[in-house]
Amino acid sequence: MSIERDVMEYDVVIVGGGPSGLGAAIRLKQKAAEAGKEISVCLVEKGSEVGAHILSGAVYEPRALNELFPNWKELGAPLKTAVQRDELHMLTSETAGIKLPNLFVPKTMHNEGNYIISLGNLCRWLEEQAVAAGVEIYPGFAAQEVLIEEGVVKGIQVGDMGIDRDGSHKPDFAPGIELRAKYTLFAEGCRGHLGKRLLKQFKLDEGADPQHYGIGIKEIWEAPAGKHQPGLVVHGAGWPLDVMGTGNTGGWFLYHTDNNQILVGLIVDLSYSNAYLSPFDEFQRLKHHPVLKQYLEGGKRLSYGARAITKGGFNSLPKMVFPGGALIGCDLGTMNFSKIKGSHTAMKSGMIAGEAYADALQGGNAGGDALQAFPEAFKSSWLHDELYRSRNFGPAIHKFGALFGGIFNYIDQNWFGGKIPVTLHDTTPDYATLKLAKDSTRIVYPKPDNKLSFDKASSVFMSSTNHEEHQPVHLKLTDASIPITRNLPLYAEPAQRYCPVGVYEVLGEGANARFQINAQNCVHCKTCDIKDPSQNITWVAPEGSGGPNYAGM
Amino acid sequence: MKAIVSVKRVVDYNVRIQVKPDGSGVVTDGVKHSMNPFDEIAMEEAVRLKEKGKITEIIAVTMGGAKNEETLRTALAFGATKAIHIKEEGEIQPLTAARAFAAVFKKEGASLFIAGKQAIDDDANQTGQMLAALLDLPQATFAGKVSIEGNVATVVREVDAGLETLEIDLPAVITADLRLNEPRYLKLPDIMKAKRIPIEAVTLADLGVTAAAAVKVIKTTPPPSRSKGVMVKTVDELVAALKAKGLA
Repeated sequence: MSIERDVMEYDVVIVGGGPSGLGAAIRLKQKAAEAGKEISVCLVEKGSEVGAHILSGAVYEPRALNELFPNWKELGAPLKTAVQRDELHMLTSETAGIKLPNLFVPKTMHNEGNYIISLGNLCRWLEEQAVAAGVEIYPGFAAQEVLIEEGVVKGIQVGDMGIDRDGSHKPDFAPGIELRAKYTLFAEGCRGHLGKRLLKQFKLDEGADPQHYGIGIKEIWEAPAGKHQPGLVVHGAGWPLDVMGTGNTGGWFLYHTDNNQILVGLIVDLSYSNAYLSPFDEFQRLKHHPVLKQYLEGGKRLSYGARAITKGGFNSLPKMVFPGGALIGCDLGTMNFSKIKGSHTAMKSGMIAGEAYADALQGGNAGGDALQAFPEAFKSSWLHDELYRSRNFGPAIHKFGALFGGIFNYIDQNWFGGKIPVTLHDTTPDYATLKLAKDSTRIVYPKPDNKLSFDKASSVFMSSTNHEEHQPVHLKLTDASIPITRNLPLYAEPAQRYCPVGVYEVLGEGANARFQINAQNCVHCKTCDIKDPSQNITWVAPEGSGGPNYAGM
Repeated sequence: MKAIVSVKRVVDYNVRIQVKPDGSGVVTDGVKHSMNPFDEIAMEEAVRLKEKGKITEIIAVTMGGAKNEETLRTALAFGATKAIHIKEEGEIQPLTAARAFAAVFKKEGASLFIAGKQAIDDDANQTGQMLAALLDLPQATFAGKVSIEGNVATVVREVDAGLETLEIDLPAVITADLRLNEPRYLKLPDIMKAKRIPIEAVTLADLGVTAAAAVKVIKTTPPPSRSKGVMVKTVDELVAALKAKGLA
């Protein structure tokens, strides 16, 4: 069935309104204004508004923003809370831990000059700047397909609206239009569903180490009276994840931001091996540790959310360009894991792309090529240098565990400035690290007390998530039988646990067991697409504006 | 025939509302806003009436700060032919809105005013009624069905007892209830076109209207949290528990 679609043409189409997409859009328009030569830029965002799907810690390094808007202070950028003090803890049990002396903290983990921000609010501010610069931004519209013609990316097709559960068109059916461009930049964030297809189609990841991911779960709390210390940054690793082991690693954060709020979260490396591990429940019990509890007890949880992060870093970086476009930001994988920061690097990668594509268009380039000027400019930027220096950080923790990997990182970062003459590789993809259920240790998580810890149902409610309820399920199973016939017997179907909002459930037992997908709960974190041991789940964009409605994340 | 539709910018219905710690209101900073859902229904109805040839022009009007322009853009994407932004940074009470809308209605020489029955932020459900009173026009509130023949509107109202059918002479004020229609999806090309339509800006002073201060909000409190349920094992136990609470 062919559908008549409207077509709009632009010089550049950008998919995703995060720091990289907005950074690229603004840089394109700045260069156009400098040269007095118009470049038309259109940006689509699947969230109901820019910022609705953004989730980050976030301690923000302003380096890229300083370059994009040297006068960001006068322009009112929402960087309000400067980091005052850093703490790093290694938790050794549910009650004990060691606070590391500052001297032994890897240099990349120091945060002088950085700010505690809401990345969602920074993106909302960037949107205002981008719109003022002439970028056309359309939130509530998801890029559903890449238009590829004769091996060249020609743009994207926006998702249809008004399709019924069974695929038929409802009376209010509205076909998605085609947005065609000389160049299309994909800035979907970690594990973008179009980026994933492009990586495969153009073999962009050939020769790179497999990409690695983490699942970040975050809550915003109203601080209890007398406990709020604006500017305090606390990081930690170890309990409830592995301290000495290498199988199940991760790290947590607790930031005191403005407005009497505390941001707390846990990132679990998706290379975890215990089939019974539940990142959500690890986070819930983490908050009971005295180091965190002291700041949260008596406070009030305001918001909840989760998002996967791309953290393979330098060794996992794929090729950036293909005919007609490029991947930028977390869609590409520019996060600096040694700093646990990806916002400034994502923004910088977008800015470098914006400059390179503006130059190409202004030089009379007709588009459609794999523009080498972008990767070349990347190679001579501080972003490349920064990612190179931190290339060992993640692999060291995967190989040696939180404690010994941490010691390696201290030596690498503080003695060698990240230039230790060895490169560690981590070549097992995250979906292949899971041990069989029979070889995994069962974990009995404590019941939530509804003061510090909560269940999944009340948490997803805190993310203001909504999807139009009659649309087709946007989590596609390649083989519908695999969850019950393979994943359940081998791995006790880990989707029930790695999904932080309870999208996946196994109901019934034995011969009556069936797999249920509660797609309406989905917060678009992409963990299922990454971690399913059978690689049987594909996340596709639901109807535009569906998903979480994060405020201040 | 001209119709005017009022569109209010409110905190989006998907957002979980948070009361400010000091009780002075709810958190609106950094929170997603959108067009009041009942106003979307009013807008959709106006567009359908225009598609049926019953009206010729739809003027969308909003009242509030600079951000309200987004709401008017949404109205234009729906199919409004003109948009008026009454600029007002301060608090807007229903009576102020009714006065301003009355002035716009007269100025534009419109024959029909369609409003949402209420806005989901203050749930006041007053503006439409006050507007009809100020203009001394017939009103049909809680409309579930609207049809227009010549100078007469037939409106099916959703009332407690069921459905009530009214015939009113135009000009008139109609307020839209939930089941009046299902608003369409906005199409990207329409949103793109809506960006380029100029918006007329006016102030209360331009309209010769003064702000009302009829209502004072004393305190905002979150609803009490639900107390934990009690598990009962048998029907008898349930009945006994209900009787003990005086519920059965």
